[in-house]
Amino acid sequence: MKRHLPAVAVFCLGAVLLTLGIVRGEAQTVLQKAVIICMECIGIG
Amino acid sequence: MARKTLRSQLRLGCQVAFTALSNGYVQGFFKGKIYNSPTKYACVPGLNCYSCPGALGSCPIGSLQAVIGSRKFHVSLYVLGFLMMVGAILGKAVCGFLCPFGLVQDLLHKIPGVKKLRRLPGETYLQWLRYVMLGLLVILLPMVVVDIVGQGSPWFCKYVCPSGTLLGGIPLLAGNPALRSAVGWLFTWKMAILVVILVLSVFLYRPFCRYLCPLGAVYGFFNRFALYRFTLNEEQCTHCGACHKVCGLDIDPSKTPNHSQCIRCGKCLDACPHEAIVSTMARRKKKGETAF
Repeated sequence: MKRHLPAVAVFCLGAVLLTLGIVRGEAQTVLQKAVIICMECIGIG
Repeated sequence: MARKTLRSQLRLGCQVAFTALSNGYVQGFFKGKIYNSPTKYACVPGLNCYSCPGALGSCPIGSLQAVIGSRKFHVSLYVLGFLMMVGAILGKAVCGFLCPFGLVQDLLHKIPGVKKLRRLPGETYLQWLRYVMLGLLVILLPMVVVDIVGQGSPWFCKYVCPSGTLLGGIPLLAGNPALRSAVGWLFTWKMAILVVILVLSVFLYRPFCRYLCPLGAVYGFFNRFALYRFTLNEEQCTHCGACHKVCGLDIDPSKTPNHSQCIRCGKCLDACPHEAIVSTMARRKKKGETAF
């Protein structure tokens, strides 16, 4: 278990950051970008 | 030999299944449209353009640039947290098992009849380009170069990402005449990058992952301590070089079993005649190894 401690700690920290990101509305920004065709991504500009 | 075939078939099956699953909106390919439902709140682990007509989730690198370049935020806790969670479990195994563009490169490298290259001249320096892509095009430029309303561009997606061109651009343009009429120099530039990467993939194993992928650069950081990692039993290793010889990425696992470029294909595990390299999954069955 001890040798997995760094991975578990990073995973937990990641979960906290992910939750904070959702709370402050970042997921909404991601969705807004993802549901319309990204002209830059497909090379139109 | 049987174990080798089984492992590579399992990995290929996993790559195909995940690519199909994360691009399951089949109608999008026929209609020339993209999926627009709340599943796109969530990121997928691999480099999978959210403007691919079939994409059900969001690309983490595209999402990172979208949030950093937005007017409201300059740091993305959401995407960073997601990458940390996935990286802590799988590390760069994501690239080997769950990335659609990795699958494309793998398939191209299987084309026989051409001389395969181990590395390119200046390989050590070229590998640093991944960090330039991440630091400059994914983080810095979307953050600081903004338009009149304070919005930054997704520089990596716009000027480099061949995955977006292949999985998003080509299928959308094929099915959408309005988009086709808007094609200009940028599309030509991105097509040129795509063609170079695809042709190079026939000769060299995963050139995009080696030199350009910012997502791989992030996951590579987790390789040393991710839950899924490799361990070398130094007492059993004779340094015969068999693992280095089979590694497509020219890594020597007897020196660095958790190298930041390692995508966990597992060829070294099968090649070792002494079973000196084991994964954390297999280690539970064995005893006596020292963890790195």
